[in-house]
Amino acid sequence: MNSIHSCFKAQIGGVVLPGDVFRFNGSSVEEDSNIKAEKMVCGPGLRRNGDEILACKSGILRHKQPSMYWIDCQQKRYVPVKGESVIGIVTAKSGDIFKVDVGGSEQASLSYLAFEGATKRNRPNVQVGDLVYAQFIIANKDMEPELVCIDSCGRANGMGVFGAEGFLFKVSLGLARRLLSPQSEIVKDLEKIFPFEMVVGLNGRVWVKAKSIQQTLIVANLLESCENMTAQQRQALFKRVAEGAL
Amino acid sequence: MRETPLSNCERAFLLKCIQEKKRLDGRQTYDYRNLKITFGTDYGCCTVSLGKSRVLAQVSCELVPPKDSRPTEGIMFFNLELSPMASPGFQSNRQSELLVTLNRQLERCLRNSRCIDTESLCVISGEKVWQIRVDVHILNHDGNLMDVASVAAISALSHFRRPEVAIQGRDVTVFSPEERDPVPLSVYHMPVCVSFAFFQQGKDGGKFGFAESVAKERITVLTREETTLDTTDVHATAENVLSKADAPPEVVPSPVIVATGTGQVGEGLQNAWGLEEEDDDEEEEMSDAAKQKKKKDEVMVISDSEEEEVMILNQDLK
Repeated sequence: MNSIHSCFKAQIGGVVLPGDVFRFNGSSVEEDSNIKAEKMVCGPGLRRNGDEILACKSGILRHKQPSMYWIDCQQKRYVPVKGESVIGIVTAKSGDIFKVDVGGSEQASLSYLAFEGATKRNRPNVQVGDLVYAQFIIANKDMEPELVCIDSCGRANGMGVFGAEGFLFKVSLGLARRLLSPQSEIVKDLEKIFPFEMVVGLNGRVWVKAKSIQQTLIVANLLESCENMTAQQRQALFKRVAEGAL
Repeated sequence: MRETPLSNCERAFLLKCIQEKKRLDGRQTYDYRNLKITFGTDYGCCTVSLGKSRVLAQVSCELVPPKDSRPTEGIMFFNLELSPMASPGFQSNRQSELLVTLNRQLERCLRNSRCIDTESLCVISGEKVWQIRVDVHILNHDGNLMDVASVAAISALSHFRRPEVAIQGRDVTVFSPEERDPVPLSVYHMPVCVSFAFFQQGKDGGKFGFAESVAKERITVLTREETTLDTTDVHATAENVLSKADAPPEVVPSPVIVATGTGQVGEGLQNAWGLEEEDDDEEEEMSDAAKQKKKKDEVMVISDSEEEEVMILNQDLK
């Protein structure tokens, strides 16, 4: 067993703070040098510095078999990452690209050809102020991020312009990820109250639409309040709402 | 970093909400968010939060020569700052339009309304007066900046104590707080700005004024009954004010909202704000009107404002 793993094991599920160090034990690595070097993946919030690994965000240390570690944190500022799907707001049309605000430090660009079925002659109908659900294809430090609304096969696959009605609001990135996780309890609990449509971007933007304005507002407020609630509190609240407390 | 733009769907949704007289957090049209005032350990230090907006005000004073035009009056100096910490849209070291507007309005609200007795700040006529400096820092921007800033500034001014001075001939002795108790400023009244937003030019479907206010009545009641409510410095302040002016003494005990939840004024039945519908019609869509108010009954407009969207409601001092 590599010592770095045992170093992490102790803290899985626990709170780590920026500056916390996970250190290789040099001597034990040498003893075990006959076994082949194990790889480990450091996810968000962990940074390698020489032969030690530093936490650079505060949050909960998570682990996924076999050797993936990351920190789950509740930050609000979005930093674009390649491959993530986000909700953007089109802010400008300039030539053959759209400028899209994704909540990052810089606006992303979105080519008008990056829509399903778009050609030079057949331009997509996108207005300034529209919402787009899109995926990052380029997201580097020091470079303008670029979005596309098609997958590698040229299909829309759920992406594109949406949201003629409904309401857009912001939640923390941690809550957005929780909403997106396939076994999300929040969404399951919420959809028992009444039907609604929802789009969640990894940049913390959430768009909801229900039958009426009142219901849309209820969904939006319930989702926002989920941020700091335990499962029991949430279920109690949802039950009250379902019984018509609002 | 620029501010997050408003998307078309949000705009449409908000306008529809307003038409149905609904607000995002379930408030009524004229409901204010909860206002919380906390004082620091130092004199003249005050933090005010309104919803998620937070503002810190700090008052300081200094002996300076007076202005030539007003040799017997102290100097009030206001400085409001928007740091990028409050909102990523704010840039430091840049005179944005919003900053200029806020600074100007804060000055008008507090200096031009003459709520602080500047003559009592005179030490030696023509030579030494107190300069009272109010620094207002926006810590978090979640709307109603003017309202929070004005509450923070006036609370900090009321909380502030300047050092006691003694004059012997031309010699001025400034006493440290240990030697003599510092004296409070004489605050005549407490102007508070309240922002309104008017949608659809106020026409469509009657009242669309979305007030952001602790009910005006509440504040007035508190301001006028302060002598019975305040505990510590009421007598000192009252004597001080009485000795210098014949206006009624005005000390506000911490203006906490009395009712749970928020003050609600004039929703639906009648307009308790003393404003006629015609006023609404003149307003541009979503324009803000800041108002100073002190007394609930007679409200009259003194129109010294340059900007159209600002009106100042004034009381007649009895």
